[in-house]
Amino acid sequence: MGMTIAEKILAAHAGADSVKPGQYIWCKVDATSGHRLPELEALGVDQVWDKDKVFMVDDHQAPPPTIAVANKVKNLRRLIKKYDITNFFEYGRGGILHQVFAENGMYAPGELIAQCDSHSTAGGVFNACVTNANLDAVHVLAFGELWFRVPESVRVVLNGTLPGWCVGKDVILKVASELGTDFGLYKSVEYVGPVASQMTIAQRWTVSNMGVEVGAKFALFEGDEKTDAFLEGRVDRPYEHVSGDADASYAAEYEFDLSDLTPMVARPGDPGNGVPVESVRGERVKIDQAFLGSCTNARLEDLEVAAKILDGKKVHPDVRMLVSPSSQNVFGEALKAGYLETLLEAGALVEHSTCGPCYGGHLGILGDGETCISSSNRNFKGRMGSPLSHVWLASPATVAASALAGEIVDPREFL
Amino acid sequence: METVRTGKVWKFGDRISTDFMMPGHRVLANPDLTPEEAAKFCMEANRPGWAENEVQPGDIIVAGINFGCGSSRNGSQSLNALGIAVVLAESVSRIHLRNAVNTGLPTLVAPGISDFVEEGQRLEVNIVTGVVTNLDTGETLQAEAWEEGSPPYEILMAGGLDAYMRVKVRERGLVAE
Ligand code: SF4
Repeated sequence: MGMTIAEKILAAHAGADSVKPGQYIWCKVDATSGHRLPELEALGVDQVWDKDKVFMVDDHQAPPPTIAVANKVKNLRRLIKKYDITNFFEYGRGGILHQVFAENGMYAPGELIAQCDSHSTAGGVFNACVTNANLDAVHVLAFGELWFRVPESVRVVLNGTLPGWCVGKDVILKVASELGTDFGLYKSVEYVGPVASQMTIAQRWTVSNMGVEVGAKFALFEGDEKTDAFLEGRVDRPYEHVSGDADASYAAEYEFDLSDLTPMVARPGDPGNGVPVESVRGERVKIDQAFLGSCTNARLEDLEVAAKILDGKKVHPDVRMLVSPSSQNVFGEALKAGYLETLLEAGALVEHSTCGPCYGGHLGILGDGETCISSSNRNFKGRMGSPLSHVWLASPATVAASALAGEIVDPREFL
Repeated sequence: METVRTGKVWKFGDRISTDFMMPGHRVLANPDLTPEEAAKFCMEANRPGWAENEVQPGDIIVAGINFGCGSSRNGSQSLNALGIAVVLAESVSRIHLRNAVNTGLPTLVAPGISDFVEEGQRLEVNIVTGVVTNLDTGETLQAEAWEEGSPPYEILMAGGLDAYMRVKVRERGLVAE
C-alpha cells in the first residue's frame, strides 16, 4: 500500500517503514519555536536539545504596548541568551513568525516541524509537515521529539486556470465555503492539480496558512522549481521533494474547477462564509478600516497589487487603511520597489511588520459596530477587537479596491 | 485522576473558538493575568456573564462541532480555572484537544452529545471508558475513549503535560534526581 505525503514524512521521522492513520507514534522533530522556554526553565532543564533548531521572534505585541508585555519580552531575551538560541530575530530584523522563520531557512521539503502558533500549517507550502505545538513545544525543546496521531489524508484537486485578479486567498475562501471549515479536521490536506502548480509561492502560502481555518493538521503542497527557488540561499541542508504515491489511500478527494472563479469575500463570523464579492455589491457594505497585513497576505506581491490599485489615488475619506508587511525583510523590499511610497501617498498608514491588528490586540483594534475588510485569515466575532465589530476577509486586491471605494467592491471594477 | 465525574451541563453551539474562551484583546495584552483572572473573560463575547456569575466548579460543558477552533491560545486553561470537570463535544479542534490533554482537562469527542442532553441536566462521565450517562433520563452514550497507553492517555492520566514532563526529564537525566 502506498503512502500519502504526511504518512511518508511521519514514518521517516518515527524511524518506521510505514505508518497508518489512527496510529500513535513518537517522532523526531526537525525544529521548533522558542515560545515555551519559560516552561522549560520551570522544569529545571538547562539546555535545549538543539540550539540551532529553535527559532524565535516576538510578533504579537511587537514592540510592547505595556510594561507587562515589555517585561515578558525582557524575560524572553534573557532565556534566548541562557539557552544560547541561534535564531532569534529582534525588532527591526523580524516580523511575523511564519514569514521570518521561512526567510531564515527553518523549513525544507520532507521535514517535520512543530512550533507554537495555530497558523503553523503555513509551512506546508514548502512540502513540509509543519503544525502547531502549543504547550507540547516544551517537550520538543527538551527532547526534540513529539507524539503524533497519524492523520487521515485528503486531496483537494485544483483544476482549470486561475482567472486574473483571483489569487490564493480567493481559492481558499472558495474551498472553505464549499467544503466547510471542518473538512480538514484532524487531517492532512494535500493541494494538487494545475492551479496548485500555477499559483506562486505567495499564493500557495495563503492556502497553507489557512489550513487551520479548515481544521487541518497539515496543509501541504508538493515541491517544485518554485519551492526550490524560494529556498535557494535560505536552506543549505540537502532535501528531497515528497509526493503521495499513486496507490496511497485518501479519506476523501475533492475536485474544483477554478477557471470561472471570481474574487471572493468571507462574511463576518466564520472563514467558511465565503461568497463572490459581486454578490454582496448590492448591499453597499461600508467599511471603517481596510487591513492589508498578517501572515496570510502581506507578502511582496500582495503589497504590489495594492500599490497598483492605489497608485495615484486616495483612500476613501471615511476609511483608514492599515498596511503591515509580513516581515521587516518584505518591508524593505516593498520600500525599495516603491510600493510603500505609493501606499503612503494614497493615505494608508504603513506600520512595521506585526500581528497586532490581525488578532485584535495592538496597533489598530476595532471599536463597537465598526466594519473592517481584512487580508488576514480569521473573522470570528471579536477577532479584531470589539465583539460588536465585523470582519470581512478578502484578497489584497479586494481590500485595496474597497479602501478606495469606502465599501466592499470587486477589484475587477478597478481594472 | 478522578475517572468518574458528575456535573450539571452548560450547552454551547458549533465552532466555539478559543477567541471566545480567551479573548485576545483581554488576555494577550495582560500577560500577568493569573489563569483565574483570565477565566473571567471566558465566553464574554458569546455568553456575557457566564464565567463571572453562572458557571460553578464541577460543571460540564457540552458543545457542537469543532470545539476550540481558531487560535492556539490555551482555552482549556480558562475552562480549567473555572473548575469545568469535563468537556464533551461533537468534535474538537486538533490544537485544542492537545491543549486540553496537556492541561489535564478531560475533553472527549462524543458524537451525538448535542441531542443527548439538555442544558441544566446532569451527566455522569467516565473519562477512561468514555461512557456518558444522562442522570435525568437514564440514557447512556459512548464517547470516544482515549486509547489506553497512548501518549495522550498517559499525559492526561498524569494530570497534564507539566506533571508528565517532570517525571520524564528526571528519567532521561536532564535534571538531577
Ligand atoms: S498575523 Fe495574525 S494569524 Fe498570523 S501569526 Fe500573527 S496573529 Fe496569527
